[in-house]
Amino acid sequence: MINLEFITNTLSLGSLYAMLALGLVIVYGILRLVNFAYGELIMVGGYTMYLLTFYTPLPWLAVVVLAVLAAVVTSLLTELVAFRPVREKSLTAMLITSFAVSTILQNGALLIISPRARAVTLPQIFQTSVMIAGTSVPWRNILTIVTCIATLALLTLLLRRTVLGIALRAAADNFTMTRMLGVPANTVISTAFAISGIMAGIVSIFWIARSASVTPTIGLPPLLVAFVATVIGGMRSLTGAVVGGFVYATIISLLGVLLPPGLVEFREAFMFAFVIIILLIRPEGLIRSKTSVERVG
Amino acid sequence: MNLAARLKPLNTPLTLVAAVLVVAVLAQLAGISLLTRIVTVMFVSLMLVLGLQLYMGNSGILNFAHIGFMGIGAYTAVLFSMTSEAKVLTNSDLYPFLVPLHLPFLPSLLIGGLVAALFAALISYPLMRLSDAAAVITSFALLVIIHVVLLHWDRVSNGPRTLFGVDNYTTLWVSVIFAVITIFIVYFFKESRIGLRLRASRDDRYAAASIGINMEVMRWLAFVASAFIAGVGGGLWAHFITSFTPYSFYLNETFVVLAMLVIGGPYSVSGAVVGTLVVTAAREVLRGIENQVNIMQLFPQGFFGFTEVVLAIVLILILIYRPTGIMGSRELRWPRRRGQAELGEPAEPEA
Repeated sequence: MINLEFITNTLSLGSLYAMLALGLVIVYGILRLVNFAYGELIMVGGYTMYLLTFYTPLPWLAVVVLAVLAAVVTSLLTELVAFRPVREKSLTAMLITSFAVSTILQNGALLIISPRARAVTLPQIFQTSVMIAGTSVPWRNILTIVTCIATLALLTLLLRRTVLGIALRAAADNFTMTRMLGVPANTVISTAFAISGIMAGIVSIFWIARSASVTPTIGLPPLLVAFVATVIGGMRSLTGAVVGGFVYATIISLLGVLLPPGLVEFREAFMFAFVIIILLIRPEGLIRSKTSVERVG
Repeated sequence: MNLAARLKPLNTPLTLVAAVLVVAVLAQLAGISLLTRIVTVMFVSLMLVLGLQLYMGNSGILNFAHIGFMGIGAYTAVLFSMTSEAKVLTNSDLYPFLVPLHLPFLPSLLIGGLVAALFAALISYPLMRLSDAAAVITSFALLVIIHVVLLHWDRVSNGPRTLFGVDNYTTLWVSVIFAVITIFIVYFFKESRIGLRLRASRDDRYAAASIGINMEVMRWLAFVASAFIAGVGGGLWAHFITSFTPYSFYLNETFVVLAMLVIGGPYSVSGAVVGTLVVTAAREVLRGIENQVNIMQLFPQGFFGFTEVVLAIVLILILIYRPTGIMGSRELRWPRRRGQAELGEPAEPEA
């Protein structure tokens, strides 16, 4: 059961989930905002791909870049229009706002495009496989893993070597202090939302590739995955998000293999029960941030 | 003591009940069946929003699981109120021991509420110490868990398929009676010792703890009471709609109920009432526009989602410009005669 196929599947799923979780945590770390509209960024990426491949002759690489760009622009716009004005009000106000933004984007897609699923045509490479050591491994999985490694490397470079990245990490530890030292809050927050958009955009390519179609509600499953992965890994730490993504993928794959057939369909419920248990016994997650703040109270 | 003085503590609930009765009588007099349907659903929603206010308003904690408890209540009540024949007809896979169960409408509703409350009581106590993001994620997780279980437990819920054949017991006046009772319950909960302690811990948990208030227990009691109201509300709704799926108790419904409470003002019982009335009216107008545009076929792909988009924009605007909702933390009351000593309004809780 635990063969090469299982391992590459889990690794590629983990790569996808790690990027997902990272995009959610980077905003949470600074604003304490659990962004419910995060899933809709993936939907925006999906619809951009659908529109561009259907109506324009653009090459696929350009389509992909524009899809990521669309997710980034949406992410920045939601921050500017919705989150910035309520930021100073209260956390609850911001959470409800993110829920409302998610509703607007979802129903906006319903309104502008269609409630029905739209097919996204993908290049051949997403459907073919390659033989490695006697097992066929889909190219899609290899691409996911490679993209994840590249993205993580670039992000690490950005966060460790640039002033903006250092400011971002400082803000995640202590936002008030960072602001006092002269780092403009809006720049930091916008950067975080931009990175969040990049992550969602990249994930949308691979997520859409799985179903080859996009619907207005496609953002919910990845949002749920991101929630669970971040809670497992620890919501205050970027490393934690990556670890959480891989742990989530491993557990869900194992549950798929080990659970009796009648219970497999309940595995989402098991995952969320797991989240509740983690929040209770280890609220800081697997990876503790240096400046962990208690989440109880 | 004269009558006026004796009625003083009842001023707010009686005012709210009067408002509810006026709407109900007007709907009855108009005699338009569509209007009666809208108003009936509105009173069921009112019950749900009041239940949400009971927990969210007094504890200050956002709760996404409310509609999940509504779903539990709806499915449980229906299992008891339907006849054996109807049950087998809609779901042939039902557990055999569930088939012969049959009770009148009212006990079925109460059992629905009790099962929801029991589930809430068992699962929620350890969650009550969490707040902010952790509380939101866990309540959201609860909603997802309940949804997944309802969706896949075919032998109880008929799975993702529509459950049909429920008798229509919830008339306009049944919904009015339940709405009125809920107004009293929620108002007296807020003014009770538990409600007062809970609000004290919401405003300053350390000060509250220092005078011996056990915040977790207070939150837990409110959460269970809130789940009970949601469960009964779910049963009422089920016996009005008469056919539904687990998707009826998920994010769309959660958004509507949350919008009603936040727009009206989560910190007062009057806010829940005002929000439900205002949002229901607004939704019906927007839906009317949506239908009209669809009939005229202005858009080839159909015109769906307009109502939700507008409602969500209004919700964000309210959060920006009036984060405590239309009512703030004030309660509606019958105007007092001049010259009477006015107590200062309670301070609005820090949002």
